[in-house]
Amino acid sequence: MIKDELIIAKKKFKSRLIVGTGKYKNMKECARAINLSGAEIVTVAVRRVNIVNKKKPLLMDYIDPKKILYLPNTAGCFNSKDALRTLRLAREIGGWKLVKLEVLGDKKNLFPEMIETLKSTEVLTKEGFQVMVYCNDDPLMAKRLENSGACAIMPLAAPIGSGLGILNQTNIKIIRNQTKIPLIIDAGLGQASDATIAMELGCDGVLVNTAIAKAKKPFGMALAFKNAVVAGRQSYLAGRINKLLMGEPSSPKKGII
Amino acid sequence: MKKKIKIKIKINGKIKNIDKNSKLLNIIKNFKIPLKKVAIELNEEIVDKKKLNNISLKTNDKIEIVHFIGGG
Repeated sequence: MIKDELIIAKKKFKSRLIVGTGKYKNMKECARAINLSGAEIVTVAVRRVNIVNKKKPLLMDYIDPKKILYLPNTAGCFNSKDALRTLRLAREIGGWKLVKLEVLGDKKNLFPEMIETLKSTEVLTKEGFQVMVYCNDDPLMAKRLENSGACAIMPLAAPIGSGLGILNQTNIKIIRNQTKIPLIIDAGLGQASDATIAMELGCDGVLVNTAIAKAKKPFGMALAFKNAVVAGRQSYLAGRINKLLMGEPSSPKKGII
Repeated sequence: MKKKIKIKIKINGKIKNIDKNSKLLNIIKNFKIPLKKVAIELNEEIVDKKKLNNISLKTNDKIEIVHFIGGG
């Protein structure tokens, strides 16, 4: 069988599912869900160390960055200056160059601020970062990000944490057809079948956090997403049938009694 | 005994009184923070963790110590 790997910035991954590490009840639950999802990349946020409560558990004690690739993000940043500062700090922690850029524009809908995102992508790329960019589902902006040196384009399915699934499949298809670098659906998925649809549209991967962490049974959902991504990818590679307006019988007409 | 002069600095948004001429390394060590798992900023400039012992703190210095936490 032909190897079907996800390649981002020359790094190879077997799993096409990237998971977030936020919103879990505790670190233990988070670590188990990641394990069940089969993800090889997890997103992490950069925040102040709690200098008052020194006994607070550390993420690195539960998820070993030597085994799972940490993808530092800029969640919570609303301008280029803060995003750049955050990722430069992330790089300082352990040499991470592969990062997820996310510059938000509105506190309620959490849509990305694309002008600041584009500006940040250009600066980070010049500084040697490999930037996976969270963006809206606008094909023109996706192209500009690709031309600015992004190493992966990550359009939203729907607003972050909304669980609405892919709102504009047509735009995702257009972006797919024009994008030469990995295309990963990021944000807004609600259930496993949404991931299958993303993969069937030809996306290279999906990034999920809330849909797993806030599911009634996060472990079950982690497994469901793992399987859904595999099923969607296989379906995409196998090639779907054409859609017909009328019916076509599955059994031969010849020999009917 | 000569009384040590105290200065005010800010660490992760909290005001702290420390001895004048304290080294940044000692301040971080006092918080029992594992250096390998954090990044440090002094007045919005990233500090090379190898040089922490060479940095003496001054009044109103702002230190930020960050690490990775769960996030989407």
